[in-house]
Formats: sequence, structure tokens, C-alpha cells
Amino acid sequence: MVDLSTNCGGIRSPNPFWLASAPPANSGPQIQRAFDHGWGGAVWKTLGTPIQNVSSRFGGVDYRGLKNIGFNNIELITDRPLESNFREIYETKKKYPKHAVIVSLMVETREQWQDIIKRAIDAGADGLELNFGCPHGMCERGMGSAVGQEPKVNQEITSWAVEYSTVPVLVKLTPNVANIVPHGLAAQRGGAHGVSLINTIKSIIGVDIDRFVPQPFVAGRSTNGGYCGAAVRPIALHMVAALAREPEFRIPISGIGGVTNWRDAVEFMLLGASSVQVCTEVMLRGYRIVEDMIEGLTDYMRDKGFSKLDDMIGKAVPNFTEWGELDLNFETVAKIDANACIGCHLCVVACDDGAHQCIHPAKDSRVPVVDEAECVGCNLCQIVCPVPGCITMAPVDNGFAPATWNDHVHDGKPLRPKKAAH
Amino acid sequence: MAKLDPNRSECAFTDFKAPYDRDQAVMEANRCLYCHDAPCVTACPTSIEIPEFIRKISTGNVRGAARTIFDANIHGMSCARVCPVEVLCVGACVHNLQHVPPIQIGKLQRYATDIAYAQRWQFFEAGAATGTSVGLVGAGPASLACAHELRRLGHACTIYEKRAVPGGLDTTGVAPYKMRADQSLDEVEWIMGIGGIELRTGVEVGSRPSWAELQAQHDALFLGFGLGVDTPLSIPGEELAGVWGAVEFIERLKLGKVAVSTVRNAVVVGGGNTAIDAVRELLGLGARTVTMLYRGTEAKMSGYGHEWEAALVEGARALWQALPVAVLGRDRVEGLRCLRVDDDKRPVQGTEFELEADLVLVAIGQAKLGELVAGLPGVGVERGRILVDGEGRTGNAKIWAGGDCTNGGMEVVNASAEGKRAARSIHAALKGGEKGTQGHG
Ligand SMILES: Cc1cc2nc3c(=O)[nH]c(=O)nc-3n(C[C@H](O)[C@H](O)[C@H](O)COP(=O)(O)OP(=O)(O)OC[C@H]3O[C@@H](n4cnc5c(N)ncnc54)[C@H](O)[C@@H]3O)c2cc1C
Ligand SMILES: Cc1cc2nc3c(=O)[nH]c(=O)nc-3n(C[C@H](O)[C@H](O)[C@H](O)COP(=O)(O)O)c2cc1C
Ligand code: SF4
Repeated sequence: MVDLSTNCGGIRSPNPFWLASAPPANSGPQIQRAFDHGWGGAVWKTLGTPIQNVSSRFGGVDYRGLKNIGFNNIELITDRPLESNFREIYETKKKYPKHAVIVSLMVETREQWQDIIKRAIDAGADGLELNFGCPHGMCERGMGSAVGQEPKVNQEITSWAVEYSTVPVLVKLTPNVANIVPHGLAAQRGGAHGVSLINTIKSIIGVDIDRFVPQPFVAGRSTNGGYCGAAVRPIALHMVAALAREPEFRIPISGIGGVTNWRDAVEFMLLGASSVQVCTEVMLRGYRIVEDMIEGLTDYMRDKGFSKLDDMIGKAVPNFTEWGELDLNFETVAKIDANACIGCHLCVVACDDGAHQCIHPAKDSRVPVVDEAECVGCNLCQIVCPVPGCITMAPVDNGFAPATWNDHVHDGKPLRPKKAAH
Repeated sequence: MAKLDPNRSECAFTDFKAPYDRDQAVMEANRCLYCHDAPCVTACPTSIEIPEFIRKISTGNVRGAARTIFDANIHGMSCARVCPVEVLCVGACVHNLQHVPPIQIGKLQRYATDIAYAQRWQFFEAGAATGTSVGLVGAGPASLACAHELRRLGHACTIYEKRAVPGGLDTTGVAPYKMRADQSLDEVEWIMGIGGIELRTGVEVGSRPSWAELQAQHDALFLGFGLGVDTPLSIPGEELAGVWGAVEFIERLKLGKVAVSTVRNAVVVGGGNTAIDAVRELLGLGARTVTMLYRGTEAKMSGYGHEWEAALVEGARALWQALPVAVLGRDRVEGLRCLRVDDDKRPVQGTEFELEADLVLVAIGQAKLGELVAGLPGVGVERGRILVDGEGRTGNAKIWAGGDCTNGGMEVVNASAEGKRAARSIHAALKGGEKGTQGHG
């Protein structure tokens, strides 16, 4: 039996799939519907002094006909009265005692933090998430990423919150920093029970080339917004992994950023996330996506022989290392499966123009030929090939013992001769 | 340009392949893999850079897409409609090998070229005048493509056309559910938009003007006169009313009117693409039953499989391995006497049967017009086809040829490609002066 029950920093939920603090978690009726669909938890849309939003608020990046591979927004925290939010938190918790309701908060002064934390907990919050991440609007008022970018301020406000809270406190980090590690450590020093990351990335999603205005269009002007959705996943994965492999960092991580399906969730968990949060994909496709996420994760765990999430959380972290620790003597060459090849020659042009000029058209066949003596094993061809499994990267036994750059520099271990470096 | 009867029979037809709107085109364009050195390009006789024009559609650069198409093939608009893409570009799409639906190249090409026509985008200018003049015989796709290319290179052109309407079989032959005659005339006008192409219709070269007159007037000649009349069955009773050559009949329905709605049993003799077109056209015009009578088997028919499948869906019937031996009837056709044939297409005696028919179209080929050039020294003819080399040169150093009259009857796209290729060769010869007079094999 596979058990999906989740514990992230002391916050428990039936599964690791949480709604991120954002429009899908804007109100009680929404979150209750999400729980009915199967979501394990929800981080309530950030509460603070209710704001006034603009129209329009969102933008999408399309690529080769795929809509919204990246997404951005210039919306702020909740615009609803705090009383309504707290009443709905109470009702939701009453109806769904086993699901996790985490309340996201963002205020300015110590007194405001004390007050709002008390009200959130009185309403029934299972945990708090401190929004130190919003990269637009709120940071100009000294909140959001303005806090997340200053480890000292982050630590101080975290310590206030931990002091006033009787439930676990997560700190939501901003990716708009050069190195995430000091910010995660600052939250840990402040006493946080876990961190959530990433919030959105500062961005301009596009420009209206007819009206000469960046997007989204607000009465002829625009502003920088927060980038999210599938396209940001690689950045989020890196930040999660950077904290997960940091020896001094010991608190749990709730992974966010471009999670769209169970595979993405598995990737985050293998790199150290105890739960995952989703915003954009729900905005684009609705709560119903969680059905596949639960099934996919369950089947994956069953196939791999994992019975509980802890069996897999962080399993890829030891294999995430620095460049200097990679084996330079590991050699691969591209192999094309002639039976699978459809003759598109995309590998030919990619290798010719973008790699090392070593895939050549064959004389009497559309199946190209790899010049293995020249192939550097970069795998560009494999990436552009439209046929799954057609191009594989086959290891080559070159007779050299493994040697990393560090081995080479420190111990003088020999490196194999370079290929295609004429 | 000649005015067409707005009530002509072909106007009853709508497009067999519906056009794309923008969203459909962009979505289809985005499926294209953008192959390098792509098989579809190789399969296109005019070598349009197909992945390139499709990519341009996907980015909203429709004008660029149209430029890429027309730069390779000035008949890009009609080709998009009439090319048998299933056996050309689309048939070569690599998606077929993955058993994924191939990219609808023809429909994408139509999307871009239709917009170019609607927007009246002009892409080409005549080259600086060279002072030389070329005479072209026939105003079909071969001559038009040749003339357009010659104009880009600066040579003056005169096209002589025996019919009242230009465009050749693109105007008078192709099935109306692919393209109507008025659309072909639009194309002719569009091609002539480059300026400097003089079109003389109603002029039958060979009689007036004579070949000698023509040669005296021009520095070079291009022969693009296509094929001749329908090959007859040469059986008793063929002269009866109600028996037609298929190409002649099709020309009637495209340019004028044919009465088909009262036809109960139409029979089309033949198994090629003209036969299939005729079957589908008769069905479209309301003939009750239409039967294709072919001496070969279904597997051996020379018409395209995809066309025959469409005909079957539309209600076509077929009689395989049978041959008409006499047309029956008193004042007009009432039936056909037929014989079964064996696998080697030989009649089997004693298998006679009669077939009711009140309309018979004969689609067993068109005459080759080789004898037309009998008066032209050096121009070789073999089994009615004008002999040319890879550049379209005949054995006469001042005469080139292309299209159906050289290839024996292929497609519009072949004729267009051959015309353009000949233009390049003519240009090289005229420019080189001496080279043009050396004569070649
Ligand atoms: C019924 C039918 C349907 C077809 N459908 C298709 C199709 O769907 N798709 C496709 O790609 N192809 C199709 N084709 C083939 C295509 O139409 C031809 O391959 C193409 O038109 C050949 O072009 P051309 O310029 O060589 O000759 P033509 O188009 O035949 O043009 C020759 C021109 O020369 C003129 N001419 C002849 N003799 C003289 C003379 N002595 N003096 C002056 N002018 C003269 C003729 O009147 C004619 O206008 C079809 C053909 C037929 C018969
Ligand atoms: C429209 C919108 C509004 C958001 N509002 C908040 C918010 O109020 N508080 C917060 O912590 N994060 C907010 N976020 C960030 C998301 O919670 C999440 O961290 C980010 O979008 C990355 O996840 P995703 O790729 O699944 O969207 C918002 C994101 C979007 C798109
Ligand atoms: S792996 Fe890189 S270098 Fe080798 S064939 Fe592929 S693209 Fe070229």
C-alpha cells in the first residue's frame, strides 16, 4: 500500500498537493471545492490590509503554438475584507478537519503581525506562511520580496511570527536573489518550521508591439510582474535543491514553481520537497488536475517500491553536486535507431549549426550517420529528435578511470583526450 | 481578360477541401517539425521551401510565407488547390513514418496564397530590359511560368494562345471542386501583373502565324502547347450523340453549360485521373448513376487512390476488367456492348454483355501534338512528345519546350517547374549570345 500522507514542518495533509497562495485559494468556497477534488491542502491567498487591484493583471508566454508555457501577474494580496476571510477559514476547517489550511500573511509592523497571526490561528489555521516573496507592488511598500531579499529582516520578522504563533510557520522565499541559501538559513535562524519556494520571478511577460506597451495592459501602461508556470520549474527545482543539499539547512521545504502534473511533483520531492504547491496550472486548467496527480504519484511510488513519501523525498539530492565533481572521463556518443528514424534531419542541422558538425546526411537513406570519432556527446541531437527513444547516448569505454576536475587539479588524475576540439 | 458565364455548370461545385482560417492554419503550422533538407521539398517539383513558409505562417508572417511560395512557384495559388499533394509533398511528410497525420501542406499553401491574392501583394518586378524577345506557344502553366521568369530576367514576352481564355488546362480542365475557371483566370492576371507579357488569344500557331513568322519575330521560342484532343475509342457507334471525349466535356462544364441532371446512367471509360474527375463531376452535377468502366483492376488503375476513394464516397460505381466494343443506340447513345478482359487486359471471347448508358465520356488519353512542330528544324519528337534535355532545350538552339507537350501529361506543378527552368536556360543562352547559337543535342 502506498501512503501519501504528508507532514511538512508539522503541517499534516492527506496528500502532498497543496494550492499555492494565489487566486485558486482566494476564498472558502473555492478551497472547499478544491478539497472535494482531492487537494490535500491550501495556502490561503495572502492576508494583510486588503488592497485594490488593477485590470488587466495577467499575461502568458506562448511558444510554437503552446499557450502559456510561462505566466505572469501583477496582482497583489487579498482584496477581500479580513473578516470574510477569517469566517471562511473557520467554516472550511470545520468541514475539512483533516485537510491542511495554511494562512499566508503579509503585514508591516510587529503589532500588525501579532494581531493577524492571532486572528488566523483563532480562525483555525493549521499553519502560517509568511509571504516574503511577492516581487511587485507589495515590495515597493516595504513588504514581500523587500523582506525576502534582506536576510536580517527576514530572520527578525520570522522570529516575531514564531513567537506569536502556536502553529507551524513556513517562510515563503523569493527567487529574486543571487543565491537562495542565505535566505533559507535566515528563515531557519528565525525559527521557521519550514520554507516554501519559489514565489514569482520579476518579469515583463511581453510587449504589445502595436500599442508599444508592455503587458499586461493597464490603461496604456504596465509594470513588472511575477513570472510563474511551467517555464519557471527549472529555476524552482534548482533553488529547492540548493537548499536541500546545504548541510546547515535542516527544515522541510514546500516546493513551488511550475508544478503542472505528478511528474513535476516527483521531481520536486526527489530534490527535497515534502509537499508541493500549485498555482498557475490550476488557474489554467482547474482543480480537476489533482486526480491525475494523485494517481500518477501513487502508481510511481508503487512501481518504485516506495510505501511512504519519506522513502522518496530527497532521493536525488546526493546526486546533485558541483560541476567540479562530475566525471570528465565519462564519454557518450549519439546512436540513431535506423528503424525509428523518420528522416527529419533535425539532428543534422542542430549538430551542424549548434553543436560539433558530426551528424551527416547519408547517401542513399534519410537516416543520418553520426561520426562517432567527432561526437562530443553533448546530446543536442537527442533533445531535438521528435521520435522518443530514437537517439540514445551510448556510453563509450575509453579505458580512462573516472576523474573529476577536482581530482585532476588536486591529485593529477589523467583526463581523456578532448573530442572535436581541433 | 475573357468574361466567363456566371451560370456555367462548374459553379454548382464547392471546395472539396475546405480552406483554413487563421487559427486552423497557425495550429497546423505549429505541428510542422521544420525538417532540415526536408523530404517534402524534394517531393515538390518546384522545390518550395515548405518548412520555411510554414514557419512563417506560424509566426504571423503571412506575407513572407507567400513570398517564399511564389519565389519558387508562381503557380503557388493554383498548385495549393490542384496538386495531388497526397503523392507529392504531403505524401513525403515524415509524420507519415510515425503514423501521425501528415502536415496539410496544400491547405497551408492555400491559406498564404489566398491572403496574398486578397491583399494584392506583388512580390516581383520585371528585370531591366534586355532588348530580346521570346515567343511562347500556348498560355498554359508551362508558358506562363516561363514568361514570368523571363520577365524577372528582363526579356520581353509574347504568348500565343489558340483558345479565347488563357490558363490552359488549369482553366479548362481541373476539377471545379478544386478550382474554378475564374480562379485560374485570376491567377493568370496575377502572374501577368509583373508587366510586359503580351497575351494574344485566338491565335493558333502553325497556321497563322506560321512557325517561320514566329521565328522571325522572336529571339527564342518556348513551346508549351500541351496535349491534343481526347483519344477516341475507335469502335462502332462512337459518333452517336451523348458520347463525348472527357476532356472536351469537362471544358464545356467549366466554361459553359452541360445538361446532366436528367442523366440516368452515365458511363466513364478509363481508369486514370481524368476518368475519376469526370465521374466525380457527373455525380456532383446530379447524374443518377455513374459507372467507371476500366479494363484493368482496381489495384492497377492509374488514377490516384485518394481520388478514387473520394469518388466512392460520393457514390461512384465501377466495372473492372471490361472493355466497350460498340456504342448502342439509334439517335443517341442507349448503351454499350462490352467484353470482359483477362488479367493481361486481353478481351475474353464469349463474355459479351450490355450496359445501359445515356451518357458516355471517353477518358482514355489525349493526343500528343508532336506533328505540330514538323515544320521546325531540329526539334525532335518521340511518340508525339517534344524531346528536351534537363533544361528544356530542344534540338533547335532557339527553341525550348516544357509541360505536357514534353512530359506526356503530368501535373500543373510539373508544367510550371519546367517552364521556369526553361526560362533560366533561355536567359543564359540569350545573355551568352554565342552560347545560344552553338546548338545542343
Ligand atoms: C481533366 C484534367 C484534369 C486535370 N486535373 C489536374 C489537377 O487536378 N491537378 C494538376 O496538377 N494537374 C491536373 N491536370 C493536368 C494539368 O492540367 C496539366 O498537366 C497542365 O495544365 C499542363 O500545362 P501545359 O502548360 O503544359 O499545357 P496546357 O495546360 O494544356 O496548356 C496548353 C495551352 O496551349 C494551347 N495551345 C495548344 N496548341 C496551340 C497552338 N497551336 N497555338 C496556340 N496555342 C495552342 C492550348 O489551348 C492550351 O491553352 C489535369 C488535366 C486534365 C486533362
Ligand atoms: C495571479 C497570482 C497571484 C499570486 N498571489 C500570491 C499571493 O497573494 N501570495 C503568495 O504568496 N504568492 C502569490 N502568488 C505566487 C504563487 O503562490 C506561486 O508561488 C507562484 O505562482 C509559482 O507557482 P506556479 O508556477 O505553480 O504558479 C501568486 C501567483 C499568481 C499567478
Ligand atoms: S551528441 Fe552532440 S556532438 Fe554528438 S552527434 Fe549529437 S549533437 Fe552532435
